[in-house]
Amino acid sequence: MTTSYRYPDKARMGLVHLALLGYTLIALFPIVLVIINSFKSRAAIFNDPLSLPDTDSFTLIGYTKVLQESDILLYFGNSLLVTVIPLFLVLLFGAMAAWALSEYRFRGSRLLVLFLAMGIMVPIRLGTVSILETMVGLNLVNTHMALILVYTAMGLPLAIFILTEFIGQVPNELKEAARCDGISEIRLFFQIILPLVRPAVATVAVFTMVPMWNDLWFPLILAPGDATKTIQLGVQQFIGQYATDWNSVLAALSLAVLPILVLYVFFSQQLISGLTSGAVK
Amino acid sequence: MQRAFPWHLIFFLAPAVIIYTAFSAYPLLDTLRLSFFTDSETGERSFAGLANFVTLLGDSVWSEPFWNAMWNNTQFFLIHLLVQNPIGLGLAALLSLKGLRGARTYRTLIFLPTLLSVVIIGFIWQLILSPLWGVSENFLYALGLGEYFDAWLGRESSALITLSLISVWQFIGIPMMLIYASLLSIPDELLEAAKVDGASPFRIFWRIKVPLILPTLGLVTILTFVGNFNTFELVYAVKGALAGPDFSTDIMGTFFYRTFFGYQSQLGSATMGATVATLMFLVILLGVMAYFYFIQRRLTRYQL
Repeated sequence: MTTSYRYPDKARMGLVHLALLGYTLIALFPIVLVIINSFKSRAAIFNDPLSLPDTDSFTLIGYTKVLQESDILLYFGNSLLVTVIPLFLVLLFGAMAAWALSEYRFRGSRLLVLFLAMGIMVPIRLGTVSILETMVGLNLVNTHMALILVYTAMGLPLAIFILTEFIGQVPNELKEAARCDGISEIRLFFQIILPLVRPAVATVAVFTMVPMWNDLWFPLILAPGDATKTIQLGVQQFIGQYATDWNSVLAALSLAVLPILVLYVFFSQQLISGLTSGAVK
Repeated sequence: MQRAFPWHLIFFLAPAVIIYTAFSAYPLLDTLRLSFFTDSETGERSFAGLANFVTLLGDSVWSEPFWNAMWNNTQFFLIHLLVQNPIGLGLAALLSLKGLRGARTYRTLIFLPTLLSVVIIGFIWQLILSPLWGVSENFLYALGLGEYFDAWLGRESSALITLSLISVWQFIGIPMMLIYASLLSIPDELLEAAKVDGASPFRIFWRIKVPLILPTLGLVTILTFVGNFNTFELVYAVKGALAGPDFSTDIMGTFFYRTFFGYQSQLGSATMGATVATLMFLVILLGVMAYFYFIQRRLTRYQL
C-alpha cells in the first residue's frame, strides 16, 4: 500500500477527519464545560461559561464547600470498597470456575454453562424484590457486605464466559507436562494457568469494574444509609440539596468524574483492545 | 477402577456457583414466584394466583401507568435503535478506514462518556440544557436557531426524547466499538478484490461490509434492547422517581421502583413490585428469544 494519497483521496480523508473531530467535540464538550466552570466564580459561570478560568474568576469555593458540607471522601471510600472487593472476588472465583468448565468434562457441565449464561442476558435488577428480602433476613441492609455480594453475583457470569474462552486456548502440552511432574490440580491452576491468562483477567477487570462503580440502583435500595452511601448516591443527594449553588454542584460533578478520568488515562488502551479483540463474535 | 471423588472440581466451581445462585439466580426465580402472592395488611403472605396480574393489567389505576411506562420505554428503545446505532455504525465505518491517522485517539475520546456514571451525565446535561445557564440557548442563537430553544427537559412533549438523546450521546461508544471490531476482522483480500473490480467505497461498504457485520448489528440491537428495558438511573437522576412532567418520562425501571417502594400516598408493595419485575422479565425474554430465533438463525454466518 502506498503512503501518499492521490489528491481526491486527500480531500476525502480531510472530510473524514472533520467528521470524527466534530463528533469528538460533541462527546467531550459537556464534560470539559463542567470541569472548567467548576473552577470559576459564580458570576463568571453565568456571564462567560465558555471561557477558561483566569486570575479574576478562578476560585475553589465549590470544592471547599463540597468537602466541608458533605462526606464526599467517605462516599469515595465506600465506592472504592464495594468496587474493589467484588472485583477481586469476581476475577478469582470467575477464573476458577472458567478453568473448571473448560478443563474438566463432567455430567451436567453443559447445563451449568447454560445456567451461568442466563446471568449475562437477564439483568440482576429484576430480582431486586427478593434480594432485598434476603438482605433483610441476613441483617445486611445498610452494610457494605450487601453490595459486595450482589456485585460479585452480577459480575461473575460475563467474567466466566470471557475467561473460559481464554483459558481454553492454553496449550494442552503445558498442562500435561505439569501433571507429569505430579503437580496437584489446584497448584496447576494457581501457579501455571492464572499467570498465563493475566492479560485476559485485566480486560475482564475493566468490564466488571465500571458497572459496579457507576451503579445507583443497589446503593439506593440496599445501602442508602449515611455510613455506606456510595459516591453516585452521595452526589445525587448532594446535588438535590444544593441545586441552586452552582459552584458546589459543578465541583461535586467534577469530583465524581475525576477517578474514572484518571483511570481511563492509564487503562484506555487495555480496555479498548479488550473491547475490540475479545467478547466479539 | 473407581476414580477418586473430584474434590478439585468442587473447589473450583463452588464459590462462583454459590454466590451466583444465592444472589442472582435464586432471587430472580423467587421474584417470579412472589408475583403470585399477596401481602395482607398484617404482613401475612398468601397465594393469590394471577390476581396481581389481573390488577396490574385490568385495573385502570394500575394499567394506565403500566402501559404508559411500557410505551415510553418502547419509544426510548426505538430512538436508540434509530439514532444511536446508525451513528455508531457511521463512526465505526470512518474509524476503520485504511490509512486513517489518529484513529486510536478518536475512538478513545469518543468512548469516554460511556464509562461515566449515568447519574453524573444526567446532571451535566440538565445544567447544559437549563435555560438558567443559557449555554445551549446561546449556542443556538450563534447558529441563528435561537428561537427554537425551549426548556426541552421540562416539556411533556419533549422530555422523553431529550432524555433518550442524552442516553444515546452517552452510550454511542458501545455500538461504535463492537461494529468497529467487527469491521476490522473483514479480511483485506476481500476488500482489495472488490476495489480491483472497480467498486466504489460506498458500494464496498453497503454490499460487502454491512452484510458481513450483520451478526454484530443484531447483537448490538439486542444489547440495546435489554439495556433500555432495564434502565432507571437517567430518568431518576434528572426527573426523580415521579418521572415528570406528568409521568411523561416514566419507564419500566422507574415504574418498578415506585411500585416496590411507594410514593406520595401510595404504599409500596413487594408482591406488586415482583409482578412488575416479572412482566419486565417477560418483555426481555421475548426480545432475547426473538433475537435468537429470527435474527441469529436467519443470518448467514460468514466464515472469516
